[in-house]
Amino acid sequence: MTLLPFVLLLVGAMLAYAVNHRAAASLRSGGARLHSSPQYHGLFAALTVLTSALLLALVWLALDDVIIDHLIRRSLPPPDGDAASAGAMDLVMAEIHSLARGQTFGTPEPWKQKAADRLTAFRTGSAVALLVSLTCLSIGVLTLRRRRFTPELRARQGSERLTHAVMFACCAVALLTTAGIVAALLFETAKFLQKVPLSEFLFGLNWEPQIPIREDQVAASGAFGWTPVLVGTLVVTVVALVVAVPTGLFAAIYLNEFAHRRFKRVAKPVLEVLAGVPTVVYGFFAILVISPAMRRLGDALGLDVAPNSALAAGLVMGVMLIPFITSFADDALSAVPQALRDGALALGSTRAETMLKVLFPAALPGIVGGVLLAVSRAIGETMIVVMAAGLIARLTLNPLDSVTTVTVQIVTLLIGDTAFDNPKTLAAFALGTMLFLVTLMINILAIRVVQKYRETYD
Amino acid sequence: MLDSMAPAPDMRATAAPRAPKIDARGVNVHYGETQALHDVSIAIPDRSVTAFIGPSGCGKSTFLRCFNRMNDTIPSCRVSGGITLEGEDIFDPRIDPVQLRARVGMVFQKPNPFSKSIFDNVAYGPRIHGLAQGRDELADIVETALRKAALWDEVKDRLTAPGTGLSGGQQQRLCIARAIATRPEVLLMDEPCSALDPIATAQIEELIAELSSRFSIVIVTHSMQQAARVSHRTAFFHLGHMVELGDTDAVFTNPRDPRTEAYITGRIG
Ligand SMILES: Nc1ncnc2c1ncn2[C@@H]1O[C@H](COP(=O)(O)OP(=O)(O)O)[C@@H](O)[C@H]1O
Ligand SMILES: [Mg+2]
Repeated sequence: MTLLPFVLLLVGAMLAYAVNHRAAASLRSGGARLHSSPQYHGLFAALTVLTSALLLALVWLALDDVIIDHLIRRSLPPPDGDAASAGAMDLVMAEIHSLARGQTFGTPEPWKQKAADRLTAFRTGSAVALLVSLTCLSIGVLTLRRRRFTPELRARQGSERLTHAVMFACCAVALLTTAGIVAALLFETAKFLQKVPLSEFLFGLNWEPQIPIREDQVAASGAFGWTPVLVGTLVVTVVALVVAVPTGLFAAIYLNEFAHRRFKRVAKPVLEVLAGVPTVVYGFFAILVISPAMRRLGDALGLDVAPNSALAAGLVMGVMLIPFITSFADDALSAVPQALRDGALALGSTRAETMLKVLFPAALPGIVGGVLLAVSRAIGETMIVVMAAGLIARLTLNPLDSVTTVTVQIVTLLIGDTAFDNPKTLAAFALGTMLFLVTLMINILAIRVVQKYRETYD
Repeated sequence: MLDSMAPAPDMRATAAPRAPKIDARGVNVHYGETQALHDVSIAIPDRSVTAFIGPSGCGKSTFLRCFNRMNDTIPSCRVSGGITLEGEDIFDPRIDPVQLRARVGMVFQKPNPFSKSIFDNVAYGPRIHGLAQGRDELADIVETALRKAALWDEVKDRLTAPGTGLSGGQQQRLCIARAIATRPEVLLMDEPCSALDPIATAQIEELIAELSSRFSIVIVTHSMQQAARVSHRTAFFHLGHMVELGDTDAVFTNPRDPRTEAYITGRIG
């Protein structure tokens, strides 16, 4: 049913194209000079029909649920007593909606059944009305276009303008979504900051986001200092980078300069596939292999390793980042002009000297950019740490200890039944904002560095 | 032949034919299945400029790259025949091509300074070959090389600035300085002026004339005027063959081969 309007719309557009193309072509074969070629006359007509109808359909589909809902609510018998809270009304509406879907639990009261029938009728009516108005609109626009058609019509400019508008709309969707997400984050964060002062959040050394479950419960009101969470994130990130950066760079250098070409042909795609492995799989790897291995190793060395050690989580995260860094560094090295390689070799450098003293320094800005992007990935990485890191925020720099990270805390704070008005839930948004700010800054820095490096070879 | 008859020792010194610096005999080069050079032989004298001219794609660069074994870095390239430097076979397994390249410097068509400072660019070769005992000597070597490349006065106040920030002509002179800082015996130049404007070209040509009193220089050029201006000997290549070789004046005024004449008068190329 929802598909039909779009089919109609397509047919209308094709028809518009055909009609105006025919008209323009016949005029031209009659010897008239056209401003735009017939294809553009067709295209312009098709685009006008398409955009106007699409606009109508989108607005309609966005509004009809709201309007129908409103009408149904108004038609319901006034709820009894002063228990007419919005919540009770919502419950009734939900019941009516499921009745309309044909899901009945027990015998519904007759007035609810009636409302459900009305709902179905409204919906069918709306769909039919949409079809009818779409058809009318398309025919209307089509006739208008055909009437307005003259040889002087600047159809090419017109269709270009419309195409630009459509592209702009697509772009706006992406930007507005981002802006919306950021706004929502900031909004909730502001609410959080009304309950917890900013200085406590930023500089507090305790993170215990418990709140009383019942109003009368005597319990700690919770502590919301993010420092231990931040430190935990940094410890895991540093471990990950210590693993990933050297390994990734050496792998890239080997692939770029020393590996046999046949080996590289196989290895590069494999690395790229590896970069796409879902992180939950790495999480399994951490739980099943690395964490137990770390504990056994710790036992053998007489060290006390926590079951959810930062080391295990960081190691696995590092493994996840290796292909990313390798791929980035290999691209940066390949982008160094062959002329530099030749120049170094012609001066009597060995291949190792060429790599170490000429190619690597030349590619360094690009490599640094890649490493920075890896850092922001490590900070924002969620699944591995949810599975492998701890839940308790402990202020420690010891990677053998259990730590928690910003992402882990966001997940745990939002899991389960949540009400969006207590500091525990709101804290998740505050953490989200901080995460967003930190990664944003790192990404901006990375982009700057990479851009600077692009300029060097133009 | 003269020396057997000439009694006076001072006469001998000038008249004796000096042994060639580089002697190539029957060089063939293949890229995969296609042959790029056919049986080329040439003797390159010391302290003089030899020019390779010929239409594009005739194998000049390929031949030039044989002398410092840069063709070794191209996987599909195979070189056969014999080349000696000062009488030593450069393909001898006891010769390390890396060391050979320190003795036979090269300047490329497009200036290719490293993304380092001007100083570090020139100091690169002396550093990797350990030519200097300490900072002062290194600074001396760099200064001398920059002076010989006629670049010192322009850059002496900004030795720490990046080499890539210089103008095209300055970059090419920097590359020449970088090449001569390793104290090579031979300098190979592959169309060193083709990316430069006329003024920078004139500077480089002047430089070549000066350097030829110390090195043996082989220059590939697509400009016949340039070959005529800077070189003592000229070799003309055509379709992978060396068609003509002789003193530059003779080649340009009185070519023996019709193909050379056609090229010089602008009918091929
Ligand atoms: N790296 C290479 N791989 C394959 N063929 C090459 C390569 N370099 C040069 N050639 C071929 O060898 C021939 C000679 O090239 P080159 O020596 O560059 O000519 P020139 O310098 O005289 O213009 C050309 O036909 C060219 O296509
Ligand atoms: Mg060439």
